[in-house]
This record gives sequence, structure tokens and C-alpha cells, in this order.
Amino acid sequence: MVDPKADKALSVAGPGESASEEIHSEVAIVGGGMVGMALAAALASNGIETCLIEAEKLPDLTGEAFDGRSSAIAYGSQQVLHGIGAWDFIAPEAEPIRDIRVSDGAWHVKGGDRGIASPFFVHYSFMDLPPGSVPGARGHDQPPFGWIIENRAVRRGLLRRLGQCDNLTHLSAAQVVELDLGAERRIVHLADGRRVSARLVIAADGRQSALRRMAGIGARELGYNHAAIVCTVTHELPHEGVAHEHFLPIGPFAMLPMTDNVDAAGKRRHRSSIVWTEDARVIPLLLKLSDAELGQEIMRRFGDTLGRVIPIGPRFTYPLKLVLADTYVREGLALAGDAAHGMHPIAGQGFNMGVRDVAALAEVIVDAHRLGLDYASLGVLEGYARWRRFDNLAMVLVTDGLTRLFSNDLPPLRLARDLGFFLFNKAKPLKRLAMRHAMGIVGDLPRLVRGERL
Amino acid sequence: MSSGQHAADSPKSGQRAAQNSPKGGRGGGSTIDPAEIEKFAAMAEAWWDPVGKFRPLHRLNPVRVQFIRDRTASHFGREAATPEPLTGLTLLDVGCGGGLLTEPMARLGATATGIDATGRNIEIARLHAAQTGTRITYLPCAAEDLVAKGQRFDIVLAMEIVEHVADVDAFLAALSRLVKPGGLLFMATMSRTAKSYLMAIVGAEYVLRWLPRGTHDWNRFIRPSELARGLRRHGLDIAELTGVSYNPLKDNFHLSRDLDVNYMALIKATEPIKPA
Repeated sequence: MVDPKADKALSVAGPGESASEEIHSEVAIVGGGMVGMALAAALASNGIETCLIEAEKLPDLTGEAFDGRSSAIAYGSQQVLHGIGAWDFIAPEAEPIRDIRVSDGAWHVKGGDRGIASPFFVHYSFMDLPPGSVPGARGHDQPPFGWIIENRAVRRGLLRRLGQCDNLTHLSAAQVVELDLGAERRIVHLADGRRVSARLVIAADGRQSALRRMAGIGARELGYNHAAIVCTVTHELPHEGVAHEHFLPIGPFAMLPMTDNVDAAGKRRHRSSIVWTEDARVIPLLLKLSDAELGQEIMRRFGDTLGRVIPIGPRFTYPLKLVLADTYVREGLALAGDAAHGMHPIAGQGFNMGVRDVAALAEVIVDAHRLGLDYASLGVLEGYARWRRFDNLAMVLVTDGLTRLFSNDLPPLRLARDLGFFLFNKAKPLKRLAMRHAMGIVGDLPRLVRGERL
Repeated sequence: MSSGQHAADSPKSGQRAAQNSPKGGRGGGSTIDPAEIEKFAAMAEAWWDPVGKFRPLHRLNPVRVQFIRDRTASHFGREAATPEPLTGLTLLDVGCGGGLLTEPMARLGATATGIDATGRNIEIARLHAAQTGTRITYLPCAAEDLVAKGQRFDIVLAMEIVEHVADVDAFLAALSRLVKPGGLLFMATMSRTAKSYLMAIVGAEYVLRWLPRGTHDWNRFIRPSELARGLRRHGLDIAELTGVSYNPLKDNFHLSRDLDVNYMALIKATEPIKPA
């Protein structure tokens, strides 16, 4: 159990302390985002000396302007966050998803404010899963599919967890300029002249990973002419824990339940996070709209299920692109999260895939460490690469396929889709499998995902 | 230490080995077969390349290290998943090669000694231990040489080695004198079955080419029953036998009930062993 009061002061080393300083560690993680922080917590709390290197200043990481996105944390990922001791810090700000409604939407009603969804939709309820079918769940309580939470809230929680960890050096505002993958010790050179030497370097620096480039690992990129608008909205009616995913002709539109909060006037308000896929050329126009106008556009696509919808806070836009690294590992180096596989946010799986990387990589490293084996050796790291590559590739192909299938409004295709939804809804075993997939509890699971101790 | 200068060629060690071998030995009198040593000297450089010639040993390492660690921890009343669970125990790795198994054992806390009849292997092992900062005593000698010095260890490892020695009985006799009363002896080898011929010789050496042809002589493989009988002659009983099987999809080895190809044996030296 984590006692939030037990926070120690973060041992944060700022820049410019000593220009020629060499910091010795066992593992160096480059990229202090959600994946990097989670991995640092997993390794450091298992007795592996870790240096986490973040390019931004730490307060910026948890600001609203840095990242306005929310993530759908699948049940399996929640198990991992719990296992590394971070969940108790995150839970208060996480809204459980009790139902998922997926539908093939349409919004062709001119001038109206009510969207018409296809009569066929898939409805997932957590009641559909038989008791005992979810690993780590206690008793007969069926856990939620997942939770919706703002990324910055996840970062805040992870930062607090890191503050409790021994064996951790957390560098901020530290830019990596060069990577030296020599034998035995690997050296990460920072812009201020400091060096971090470690047996293993982990690149968790995002889809445009500089480390990946420095290590000479190529990546395949697949671009779409689409981008996503992400923002938080308030709505009149409570969402009842239901996540909606509408497949519109241009791409998916998701309305994801968030925790209620209180506005500036002290009034309680219901919130959801939207992920709205659009033609990249339309997005600048949409971003210029007033809150009321944008709210109208949202309701044209989503309908009035939640009453009047108004966007609040900053709006963000992200290009939709797939980036797949040619290889996940080198002797002394491993890629994790988006650095290995940046993917389409359609199924909300980017962060969850990253968390599974964390669980698998931490397990491989900790197991090898406990056997006195060299976890930086290619032989050990290949175990991680083989384990994750298939899973990630499958997810990329599914999300890519979904996008292509649903970004098409040809009548025959739409009919096939609707028929598919209808049959899918009737086929219980298939539906259960899809639900367990959405929860991230299918396949050869790392111990942390199964709710076990590392 | 040059590559040709191994213990078996040295008259001194040969003498000692001859004295200690119940059967008197043959040739140099040691359990070491010179022809076998030449084969390994030729491969020595590749020891530490995880994707090189010794890839199967690298793949095999996690499962055998874990077996040794877990059984040792439970025997000596320690927690296996803690850092350095073997602290305070002396360990001998017989036929240590490049130190693939000796190094992890030292990192787990054991006071480790590695011996190999091939001087070149010992050089490679020493060099690697220096690079990784691991403290190990490496000696270019045969098991009999340590018996002659009266040395005994809490843990003796003879992994993937008995199938390469010239005189199995003399080798087992030496092992029985190297393990302390109350200590543990671990052995790993391959059984002499049609399946092992197919997998270890045809599969590993000819089809997959994991190992150079001629690495193993199938006729020297030892069935579990033969190993048990051989050990009993020297007052040792097998406490546990486990198969080690390969999963081609996951490219790893795991413990199994199949003793037909690779297997490991745990021997507890419970009774004080009287010198022969």
C-alpha cells in the first residue's frame, strides 16, 4: 500500500551542477514521459540503479499546456500501475469505464443538431464477463474495462511515486546530444557536458525518438491525411461511465468519460474527453471556432445523448501517423513505448501498448538481474523484443485496418460493417474476447499485467 | 597460458590424476580427453557472443542458472529472489569454458572458482570477468587436481561436461570428493536416445547448424539411469531429475518432464563422504 504522505522530496538534479560530471548508473532511461517514468519506478523499486533523463523541466510536464490529452488506461495497464506502486496516486483522478458503446455513426442531417447513429451498434458491458475471467480481480467484483484520465494527472502520480524510490537519479531539462554504445558501459552525453554511463540505455523518448536515430535504428512511417483534435468538454447530463466510439465517414470520434470537477464559479460539472479524427485540412478551421460553435460541431457528430456539449480548456491537435522501429533492441539498448511503435490513437491503445512494454521489459531485466545474467546483452533483450513485437504489430495492424475500414462511406462497405456489428453483438465468445482485448488481458502476459509481483 | 598448454598435457597434473583415478586412467591418466579439448579450443573465441557459436548455451543459461539458484537457496534456507542469495557459499564450476555460468553465480554472491582443462578458455574467462568487474578464481586444471589439493565446495557444478570426459567413473569419483558433506552437486548432460540423436546431432549440428559438426559424440551421452548408477558407486544419490526442453517458438528452454534429450540432476551430498 502506498502512503501518499510518505513522499520524500524528489531528488531532482538540475542542469549546470558540474559541467564535466559523470553519473554512474546501471540503467539510463532517456525520456521521462509516462512510459519512461513507469519503467524507472519498476526498475528502481526492484533494486536496479536507474537514471531517468528528461528533456523538459519537471513542472512543465504536468502543466495543462504541455499535454491536454487524456488516456484510456486499460484494466491490464492499471494492474501494472498498481504493481509499480503508482496507482494510488492516480486513482482519485481516474474515471472508470463501465460500458463501451461502439457504433457506425452518420451525421448527414443538414442544419439539425442531432446526429443519427446507425441502428446497429456494439454494446459492451462489464456485466458480460463471467466472474473469475479477469486476472488480478478479487472476488465477484467485475473490474471496469479501464479508466479515463488526463495524461498530466498520470504524470503527476508517477512523479510522486518516483519521489519515494531509492536507487533513482532523476535529471530534468537534460538534453541528450550523443549516444556512445561501447562494450560494457554505454555513455549518454548531455548538452551541458555531463555524461551518464550505464550498462543499459532505454529509449523512451517518443515517436520521433532521437536515441533511435543516434543508435542508427531505422523506422517505417505511415502517414494519414488525418489528424485528431483532442480536448475536454463539459456536458449537461452525467455520462454514467459509458465510453462512446462513433465511426464516422472521416474517422472515429470518441467521447470518453472523465471525473466530474468544479468550475471557476464553484459549480459542479460533468466532463468527458474527446478524440476527434478529421481531415487535416479542416482542422485549422475547426480550431478557430468559438467554444459554442465547436460545441455545435461536436454535437453534429455525437448527438445529444449527453445534452449540450461545450469544450473547455485548450484544444490540441495531433497528426495521425504510424511509426514502427525496424528493431527494438541492440546490445546495450532497448526501445520502449512510442519510440518503438508510435500508433494511431483510434483504439486508445498507444499508452497501453507502452505500459505493456514497460511490464515486459522490466520483467526481462529484473529476472535476468536476479539470475546474475547480463540484462544488457542481446540474448536477454531479444526476449523482450520477441515478446512485444508481435503484440504491438498486431495492434498496429488492427488499428490501421479499423481506420481504413471505417474511413469509408461506400454503401456496401457500410452495410457489411453494420452486419458485422450485428453479428458480433450476437456472438458472445467473440465479444468477450474483444472485451478482454480492450482490457489488455489477452495473450502471453507479463507478471505485472496479471496483477502479480515483479 | 597458451592454447596448447592445458592440464592434461602437463606431466605433473597427469600424474596426480592417474593416482586419483580408480581405474588408473589411460594415456595421460586424466579424465580429460585431449581430442575433445582441441575441439573446444578452436571454438573458444566465440564463447561470449550471444548469437555466435555458443548461442544454445546462452539460451540454456537462464533455465539452468535459475534451477541452480532456486535449489541452492531452498537447500541453504535463503530467499531466491533477493540480491546475492548465494553469499557466503563456495562454488566450483567444473568445465567452466568462457565463464558463462561461473559469472552469474559469482554475481549471485557465491565465492566462485571456475576450472577448465583448456587454458585458452580460462584466459577468455579471466579477461571477461575483468571487463565486467566480477571476482572469480579461474584455474586451468582438471577436477582431479583440486581433489589432490583437498579442496571442497558447498556447490559443485558439472554442467554439460560429463559427456565430454574420457573416463566417466573417474570424473564422478572426483566430483564426489569435491562437494562438501551437506553440499550440492548439480549435473547437466544429454541422454542417449533416438530423440537426442535426432535433436542434438542431426538438428543442432546439421540442420540448424547451431553447433559445429562433431561438437557432440552421441555415444558418450549418458542415460539418467546410468548417471544414477555411476553416482551411487561413489556414495551419491540423485535427489531430483528434470528434463530441459526447447521451445522453438519462444526460442527458449524450460524445465520439463522429458528426460530424453537435455536433463539436469540435483545431488545432495548428505552423508560425509569417506576418501577412497
